[in-house]
Amino acid sequence: MKTSLEHLAERAAAEGLLDVAYATVDSPFGSLLLATTPRGLVRVGLPTYDPDETLEELAARISPRVLEAPARLDDARRELDLYFAGRLTEFDLAIDWQLTGGFREKVQRVIGRIPYGQTRSYTEVARSAGNERAVRAAGTACGSNPVPIVVPCHRVLRTGGALGGYGGGLPMKRALLKLEGIL
Amino acid sequence: MTALPPFQNLLDEHAADVMGVLRGAVGRADAEDCFQETFLAALRAYPRLDDASNLRGWLLTIAQRKAIDHHRANGRRPQPVGEVVEVAASDPEPDEGIWAAVGALPPKQRAAVALRYACDLPHAEIAAALGCSPEAARRSLHEGIKRLRKEIG
Repeated sequence: MKTSLEHLAERAAAEGLLDVAYATVDSPFGSLLLATTPRGLVRVGLPTYDPDETLEELAARISPRVLEAPARLDDARRELDLYFAGRLTEFDLAIDWQLTGGFREKVQRVIGRIPYGQTRSYTEVARSAGNERAVRAAGTACGSNPVPIVVPCHRVLRTGGALGGYGGGLPMKRALLKLEGIL
Repeated sequence: MTALPPFQNLLDEHAADVMGVLRGAVGRADAEDCFQETFLAALRAYPRLDDASNLRGWLLTIAQRKAIDHHRANGRRPQPVGEVVEVAASDPEPDEGIWAAVGALPPKQRAAVALRYACDLPHAEIAAALGCSPEAARRSLHEGIKRLRKEIG
């Protein structure tokens, strides 16, 4: 039987009032915050980020109609579980890019196409996004990726193979690269 | 202007209060329906809300309106208790007449009357919901009742 709040989330969605649905899900690295709009996955909050702050940011930047509605994130959760188990190499999830834009978005879309088990350098990513000299901006774009893991910014390394940075912390970046057989 | 918090915060913090108040106002069986209507109405209006300083009061005010709607729709059920019902004892259509008259009161009085009799809140809570002093809440309630007595007589 559905709880009162599940019922409310469903009715809100049916009336077009559920602008941002979110869920917290377990991962080998800690809790992930997943958020979706009717257009697609809009935010993956890594365990290093405070979920309350992330939700406040979503309320301010997208809409204050933010509700916990785990059912809306079933697909994303299922694919992430399979990915962490090493049984999924390509996500098939719609992405809502509205939290990004401009050159950052170009870079992030390029990163979204780096295949599983491969890496690119910040320079290569900058070049593919149309500006080879904007290496620093490419690094910023990785750091501000709204949907990490699904858009695999962990596959971007320094020229020469040094890890570079990661919003979820370097141990997580290293573990993801190991999972994909890169390290 | 204070930034509006994620709507989920309102549910986490005030759902139990809203449900409690509605159970008192419309009874256990119908409270769930009114609860859904209250939060859907709140969600609908939320992005346009320009004062986020008293969200609990805002929600309770919506809840009292939903309780009034409920009583109007169930005109013959003598649910609300207290003074208002006594006033209406001679009225052939008690609830309907009263809640229509309540609905016609000026906003502060209407809210005070409904929070007192439909939601069964004490004066201090009504004051908190309306964002005024307990004394001002008492006054709104008193004036509302006086006016109702005159109208329904």
